[in-house]
Amino acid sequence: MYVGSRAVAEDVAAETWLGVLRGIDGFQGRSSLRTWIFRILTNTAKTRAQRERRSIPFASLGDGDDGPAVDPDRFLPPGDPAAGAWASPPRGWDDLPEAALLSAETRSVIDAAIDQLPPTQREVIRLRDVEGFSSGEVRALLELSETNQRVLLHRARSKVRAALERYLSEDTA
Amino acid sequence: MSVHIAPIACRELVELITDYLEGALSAEQHARFENHIAGCDGCTAYLEQMRETIRLTGRLREQQISPDAWVELLHAFRGWAST
Repeated sequence: MYVGSRAVAEDVAAETWLGVLRGIDGFQGRSSLRTWIFRILTNTAKTRAQRERRSIPFASLGDGDDGPAVDPDRFLPPGDPAAGAWASPPRGWDDLPEAALLSAETRSVIDAAIDQLPPTQREVIRLRDVEGFSSGEVRALLELSETNQRVLLHRARSKVRAALERYLSEDTA
Repeated sequence: MSVHIAPIACRELVELITDYLEGALSAEQHARFENHIAGCDGCTAYLEQMRETIRLTGRLREQQISPDAWVELLHAFRGWAST
């Protein structure tokens, strides 16, 4: 996101609510309420980030080299008659108790995985999967093309899945 | 009438998951995807893991905000509501 720490993020959340409360009378209903609140949030966060001299222009953030969704070693190598098929297939999680999936520890694994993502991926997965914004809303808010939004979401979700798989398999081993 | 559908490797399929879930695959890709999934336990498990990942990520939102932040917000809200 735009700000670096949880404490700053909480400040930004509080400032955002203040902005919402101050501005609600002027809300014209031309955008959805969610979108309107989110604009206040991004503006608050950007202002705050500038103040902290840690502002990074969103559009210029590259995501660096990104590997494939799944470690290539988990597939049969080229030359094998079944090259590209699973060598070490994933196991379903449906035998795990819901309580384990929803535990605080599992949450912290997801949280940590999201925190480690490159900034644009982190922002897209937070908006789409944590906050529940639609792809159209996220594209408008972050000024992303349809394809870019999807690629960023794919990379982000793939990494969170991999982190969960690592954690859940060591947990049941 | 049978239509020939080019097969797809598991390694390729995992890169199409988000496009599949977002409804962004072409009709032909969609058919290849479903054709593969229908006969592949590994990819079926992978797709289920992705769906679970999305569901569990959605639960993060219920995370508590700190008590201090709550108090501050409540004060702000009460102040606003009484004007």
